Amino acid sequence: MAKDKVITANNLTKKFGAFTAVDAISFDVEKGEIFGFLGANGAGKTTAMRMLCGLSRPSSGQATVAGFDVYKQTELIKKNIGYMSQKFSLYEDLTIRENIRFYGGIYGLSDNRIKEKTEELVRQLHLEGQEKSLVRSLPIGWKQKLAFSIAIVHEPAIVFLDEPTGGVDPITRREFWGLIYEASARGITIFVTTHYMDEAEYCNRVSIMVDGRIDALDSPANLMKNNAADSMDEVFLHLARKAVRSAD
Amino acid sequence: MYGGQQLNKEMKQFFIFVKKECLHIWRDRRTLFILIWMPVVQIVLYGFALTNEVKNSKIAIFDQSRDQATMAISNEIAASRYFNLVKNVYSYEQIGATFRQGKIRMAVVFPRGFRYDLLHSNHAQIQLIADASDPNTANTLTNYATAIINDYQQSLNNNADLPYTIKTQLRMLYNPELKGAYNFVPGVMALVLMLVCAMMTSISIVKEKEMGTMEVILVSPLKPFRIIIAKTVPYLLVSMLNIASILLLSVYALDVPIVGSLWLLLGESVLFTITSLSVGILISNGAKTQQTAMFTSMMSLFLPTLLFSGFLFPVENMPIPLQVISNVVPSKWYYIIVKSVMIKGLGFSAVWKETLILVAMTLTLLSISIYKFKIRLA
Repeated sequence: MAKDKVITANNLTKKFGAFTAVDAISFDVEKGEIFGFLGANGAGKTTAMRMLCGLSRPSSGQATVAGFDVYKQTELIKKNIGYMSQKFSLYEDLTIRENIRFYGGIYGLSDNRIKEKTEELVRQLHLEGQEKSLVRSLPIGWKQKLAFSIAIVHEPAIVFLDEPTGGVDPITRREFWGLIYEASARGITIFVTTHYMDEAEYCNRVSIMVDGRIDALDSPANLMKNNAADSMDEVFLHLARKAVRSAD
Repeated sequence: MYGGQQLNKEMKQFFIFVKKECLHIWRDRRTLFILIWMPVVQIVLYGFALTNEVKNSKIAIFDQSRDQATMAISNEIAASRYFNLVKNVYSYEQIGATFRQGKIRMAVVFPRGFRYDLLHSNHAQIQLIADASDPNTANTLTNYATAIINDYQQSLNNNADLPYTIKTQLRMLYNPELKGAYNFVPGVMALVLMLVCAMMTSISIVKEKEMGTMEVILVSPLKPFRIIIAKTVPYLLVSMLNIASILLLSVYALDVPIVGSLWLLLGESVLFTITSLSVGILISNGAKTQQTAMFTSMMSLFLPTLLFSGFLFPVENMPIPLQVISNVVPSKWYYIIVKSVMIKGLGFSAVWKETLILVAMTLTLLSISIYKFKIRLA
């Protein structure tokens, strides 16, 4: 059954002067998919993601996100995606409720909808009674889950997660991925970058970037089979060993 | 010996730590620059360039007698290194206009029949009119002039039987009681507005960058231009509050009146606030950390405003290169506007040039900031 493609990229390239950060990558992401975008530090993941989010203009190649062109329709792209940054994108000196209000408002949700969403989120995350506490007071695992929930408060077509699980213990990471699965089941496409290879196994499909190019693109199971590996860690080591570039 | 070895070890340990500390300072070039250059710059500035000493002050002479005595005194005054005779005026109206245009700091008025009075009644008067919106300078100038006149009086008395007296009558314009507050209130307004707006804007924008939330906001549908404006609005409001409190205190606690139009004063203050906010935005574009933002604000705003706006050190007494620098400092123009409107009671026609300069500065700063912001996203 042909599914809609929410992200298409064709020879997408980004050069900074003589340096080619992203080298003609091509891939598709289907609706509802959990797509892992892996690679070592400095491989070009963040640059590629910025192009898809409409933050950076590609040097050449084509790409569409949620059906919109990354050159000409960045405003429409921004309206239809969610984003969670590495630093969790929450305001520590604002309360949980104020954070939801802010992001909801920016994405054009009505006051009623914001109210509904706030109640829903608070219930889902078991934060009842804490709506008025400052985000600063939350443990890191809760901040993470809250940040993700807020990133999809406007039910976007795709949500981009930039290394979302840094600094958290494995149990909390498991819970976090539980939220991701729920969102995916609702039809939200997840585009996640990470360098935790064990998380790669949670994804439907995974691409591995090495030196600005995509060296592998397949489901984790297939990748492990084709590389005679027992874990994604081994797959990654196998492919990334050829890398010339190291972390920036 | 055990004792000696132990001491050696401890000294070595100590010196290794000292060396590490020296390396830290050496590697932090920016702070090192400040530590070494600041004292030098300060001495040069305060020693040679910035001075409370009054030299080459622009004055005018209204000579209604044009006789031997008045010409002699005028020549003495004009020749003095303290004064720079820029205009000979021919009426009281002209004097008023010249003061309003801010062209002179003092006027010397000789009455009709000056020498005649001296010869026939041994007594004459000279009027000194000074712009007392800067009371210190006004005082100094009138003292110098009086000294010169006294010298002339002395020279007459040397060859005479009856003593001659030349009385100087002082008139302090705008600030008859020579209150210091008349000078420093406009200065403080310029300082406070510039500092609050520029510093806080740059810090707030950079804080967003540091916290990582800037990225998320840039990805959102909110247009970058609107993000910047939204960030400056609270500071606009805070500045309005500041202006209101300064003005209220000035009028009721310090007895500094608002002679001119309050609306004009408020309007110009809003303009200057926007100029300061533009500077803040420009700084925030470049700064990567809040520390850098704060540091740059201090260096490029607070100090220049303090030194070059004209409220501590009169600008015309500075060497030419510094005078040129002071033209680039927005607070200098605002200070002139506030003095003109608040203390001298002048209208828009007197300050339109300065207003235009502020508007031009604001537009330039904003254009550069927006241009740089867009480039970053490309």
